[in-house]
Amino acid sequence: MPSTLDPESAPGIAELGLWATVLRTDCVRMLAVAKSGHLDSSLSAADIVAALFYRVLRHDPKDPSWADRDRFVLSKGHAAPILYAALARHGYFPLADLMGLRKIGEHLQGHPDMGRTPGVEVSTGSLGQGLSMSLGVALAMDLDGREDQRVYCLMSDGDCQEGQSWEAATAACHFADRGGRRLTAIVDYNHLQTDGTTEQVMDIGDMRGKFAAFGWDSVEIDGHDMAAIVDALEATRGADRPAAIVCQTRKGRGVASMEGRFGFHGKPPTPEQAVEALEELEAKLASQMAELQLTRRGEEH
Amino acid sequence: MAGSGEPSATRNAYGAALLELGRDHAEVVALDADLSVSTQSAKFGAEFPDRFFNVGAAEANMMSIACGLAATGKRPYCSTFAIFATGRAYDQVRLGIAHNELPVRIAASHGGVSLGEDGASHQMIEDIALMRAMPRMQVIVPADYNQAYRVTLDSYTDDAPQYLRFGRPATPVVYDEVPAEIGDGADVLREGSDVSLIACGHMVWRALEAADRLQSEDGVSAEVVNVCVIKPIDSQTVLDSIAKTGVAVTAEEHRIVGGLSDAVRQVAAERHPVPIFAVGMGDEFGVSGTGEACMEHFGLTARGIADRAREALLLKPIVSHPPLHRPDWI
Ligand SMILES: Cc1ncc(C[n+]2csc(CCOP(=O)(O)OP(=O)(O)O)c2C)c(N)n1
Ligand SMILES: [Mg+2]
Repeated sequence: MPSTLDPESAPGIAELGLWATVLRTDCVRMLAVAKSGHLDSSLSAADIVAALFYRVLRHDPKDPSWADRDRFVLSKGHAAPILYAALARHGYFPLADLMGLRKIGEHLQGHPDMGRTPGVEVSTGSLGQGLSMSLGVALAMDLDGREDQRVYCLMSDGDCQEGQSWEAATAACHFADRGGRRLTAIVDYNHLQTDGTTEQVMDIGDMRGKFAAFGWDSVEIDGHDMAAIVDALEATRGADRPAAIVCQTRKGRGVASMEGRFGFHGKPPTPEQAVEALEELEAKLASQMAELQLTRRGEEH
Repeated sequence: MAGSGEPSATRNAYGAALLELGRDHAEVVALDADLSVSTQSAKFGAEFPDRFFNVGAAEANMMSIACGLAATGKRPYCSTFAIFATGRAYDQVRLGIAHNELPVRIAASHGGVSLGEDGASHQMIEDIALMRAMPRMQVIVPADYNQAYRVTLDSYTDDAPQYLRFGRPATPVVYDEVPAEIGDGADVLREGSDVSLIACGHMVWRALEAADRLQSEDGVSAEVVNVCVIKPIDSQTVLDSIAKTGVAVTAEEHRIVGGLSDAVRQVAAERHPVPIFAVGMGDEFGVSGTGEACMEHFGLTARGIADRAREALLLKPIVSHPPLHRPDWI
């Protein structure tokens, strides 16, 4: 288990990429069994979530309520499977629980529920509320006089269409000195939503420019370039104002049949699609493993 | 397609009837918030793209835009999930639509817990209460596809703001064809003499099934009343039924606070008090599971209704002979 507490043992870029693939396979399995849920939304965010949970976030799975931990808020709550996969892989709850997704009597709800699932910081699922919730967490960190502690909020295109997100964006800057500076908003800008492309449905345009206009420290990166993700996330630590990382992503990333394509939102894979997706991801995993061993061997010599 | 004997979702009837309205009336416009396939407004959007506005995930914006359209002579139909139509946009609906008494139709799909797997965040169980409390807002909960088709068509001719609640799952029909009218809003679907089962929405076909059970298992004759218009409620039909049977069970896919049960209880309390038991959601949120598993989990079933009716019937002999005056030995 890679520790995110010890910088010495922090996984490198290649290893993070591998974990992202592992999380993707978990999502495919979960959704195939649940026969319900948002697969492509989860795959889109896999690289970002892997970078956070395996490297950037300071958290302790053995002590989910550790007071000094960073917080992760999944504003796009419908991508719950990717969060559940990351939590299970870190031991917040048994991996086997993933197979109970969306079933009656099980704790893994369709959308994250802080009252049921260890490691879920706040319940989400109604778009547009996550950034305000994250700001509240950040303000509380200042009130508690905490040192370098941060809140990472993962948002979607739909989140950015909700007016409340821009109320939060305004307030985060206004309250920068009182906690707002602790906020990192990550936009999973995959240009697809329920009814079509964002350009067709409701174009949100230049997200980097919009956050910048609201006073945020704002960058735009390729949301599947692991080195860029890690760099951008790590650069926000210690910032004196809230930071936005606009990630250009592809919905369904890693599964060729859905990647970047409209028509899969909220649709679970059929058994055949799931098998095909798993074969593709397992092949990817094998090549990532081989690559990792090569780099490790290279380091030894 | 109008009229069908097959199980179908009430939201499908909305989509089909909205399309018909669009063909007949140029001032009908439709709005949605990135859920147009789920709510079925996409059918209208495909045929009338120039009269369709998808605002993205921005429900508050949608309601206030609808206010502006209606204030300028259009007849807007706004669709999204019940949770977002009422919860997210309450103030926008309140001031812009209800207070101004504008003919905006809020077509709220995925009401209740039967939407299933999405879980508590999406399962709206207090929308009827919220919309009933709002001045000038009518609240309409059709029982099946055919009735949903009728209420959507009829909404055009009414000038009041309306909240229309539709559901996600396909459910059996209780009307063999699209009814000719909604009348005063409540229908006696089955006559009976021992107990009134007063239901709305997805609970109506279950109430009919409960009546069958009560008849065959207990020899009890249950009357089934479908209350489609919850506000303003058809108090005469409700009163006639409870005066006849002397005891009632209400059934709704909603909190037992503020919805159908309270509407019926208010009528009864003032004009003909009888014991009224409620089937619905207690002080709790929904959970993830299949739609049917969720209904089962919260007792929103024919068995749940029949069991409550049995409890209510136990009370009947006691309360039907109340001491009307002080006994003279006191
Ligand atoms: C307030 C609110 N409105 C509507 C929805 C229904 N909904 C769920 S996901 C979604 C949009 C999905 O697209 P996007 O936000 O871009 O997410 P992603 O592409 O990352 O899946 C919508 C409208 C919701 N969850 N919350
Ligand atoms: Mg998107």
